[in-house]
Amino acid sequence: MLAKRIIPCLDIKNGRTVKGVNFVNLIDAGNPIELARQYALAGADELVFLDISATLENRSTTLDMVLHVAEQVNIPFTVGGGISSIADVDALLKCGADKISINSSAIQRPELINELSNKFGSQCIIVAIDAKQIEGEWIVYLAGGTIPTKRKLFDWAKEVEQRGAGEILFTSMNNDGTKNGFANDALAVLSDSLNIPIIASGGAGTIQHFVETFALGKADAALAASVFHFGEIPISELKNELRNNNIEVRL
Amino acid sequence: MKLVIIDYGAGNIKSIQFAFKRLDIDAMLTNSPEEILTADKVIFPGVGEASNAMMMLKEAQLDKLIPNLEQPVLGICLGMQLLCKHTEEGDTAGLGVFDVNIKRFSNKVKVPQMGWNTITNLKSGLFSGIENNEYMYLVHSYYAELCKETIATTNYETNYASALQHENFYGVQFHPEKSSIAGEKILKNFLTL
Repeated sequence: MLAKRIIPCLDIKNGRTVKGVNFVNLIDAGNPIELARQYALAGADELVFLDISATLENRSTTLDMVLHVAEQVNIPFTVGGGISSIADVDALLKCGADKISINSSAIQRPELINELSNKFGSQCIIVAIDAKQIEGEWIVYLAGGTIPTKRKLFDWAKEVEQRGAGEILFTSMNNDGTKNGFANDALAVLSDSLNIPIIASGGAGTIQHFVETFALGKADAALAASVFHFGEIPISELKNELRNNNIEVRL
Repeated sequence: MKLVIIDYGAGNIKSIQFAFKRLDIDAMLTNSPEEILTADKVIFPGVGEASNAMMMLKEAQLDKLIPNLEQPVLGICLGMQLLCKHTEEGDTAGLGVFDVNIKRFSNKVKVPQMGWNTITNLKSGLFSGIENNEYMYLVHSYYAELCKETIATTNYETNYASALQHENFYGVQFHPEKSSIAGEKILKNFLTL
């Protein structure tokens, strides 16, 4: 049976991991390659690198990092952040990224999704959606959740699928950072109404939250950052507990 | 030993080269018939859409060469599918090494299948030291039906062939280069065949 996936997310700036990372036995917590290797050994199913570098010069540093991750890490990984053209994606895939993730650029020009999936195949195109529930309505945001748009989550998700995305990474801004659990109601609607995999993001605080997002939110994968980086939830413990709850995972 | 990875423009082949590098083995990326013919082992990769990939294979004049290779050949993902008779993707004729057709998953399941699934009923030296029900990483929308050449079975919507073998030709639907330690073991096993 296809296993549910556990995906640590790493923020990258100038080719280095940012945000505090507190890993046992880690000599250089800012080294994304070493961190990625540790996560692969710990049983992570995939990794996501989110590039928060601002300038063009820093993009080449990121490409260099991607190349080194591809050389040394034996599980799939996705790169997101600042991607807005076929050339951007081509460069990342050539350096060995397995998938790429787009967000604001897809909202600003939705045809980009078609162009990328036609050119590279939908299997490597993730569309990330940040949304906030306001008075019962899920509103899509862009630019890292700073600017509201007129788009509604479920309509946009449907459009993204129709345009050829291979996967959706949905972050609930209401839940992100709260450690109170994932937005399982919205996730379940997405999972039931779409026919592509849904990655849950935002709100992970306990192992039970992961159990719930798979069981109630019907997510195909769950992404988190701090609970993994600070060792609050060891991946092996998480996966054992998921299996105890009859959720299929790779052990 | 001379190991070549056929580079005909379809997909992310660096990952495969890197996986061998982690095993301390140098693999050459090439589309030169001469280099391919003189290799001890050949990897036939592929990611993307089938009819386009087949067109690129023809442009590189490799469509006649590959089915006649006599050394061990390992098709990976779309590479495996192109070694079959026919695929529903773009209604494309394959190279016909494996006597099986490629079909699309129905919309009863999420397509593509994306992630880690188990391989069972393992029947080849390719899987020496690999446990039954080991997890492999897969990303695909089309699958090979079970057939007499099946050497590994996976279940997604239905039981299908996740690996095939015919004489010196091997094919795996999963990505051994992205399947952690078990995947690397399979690549290592291929080199000993």
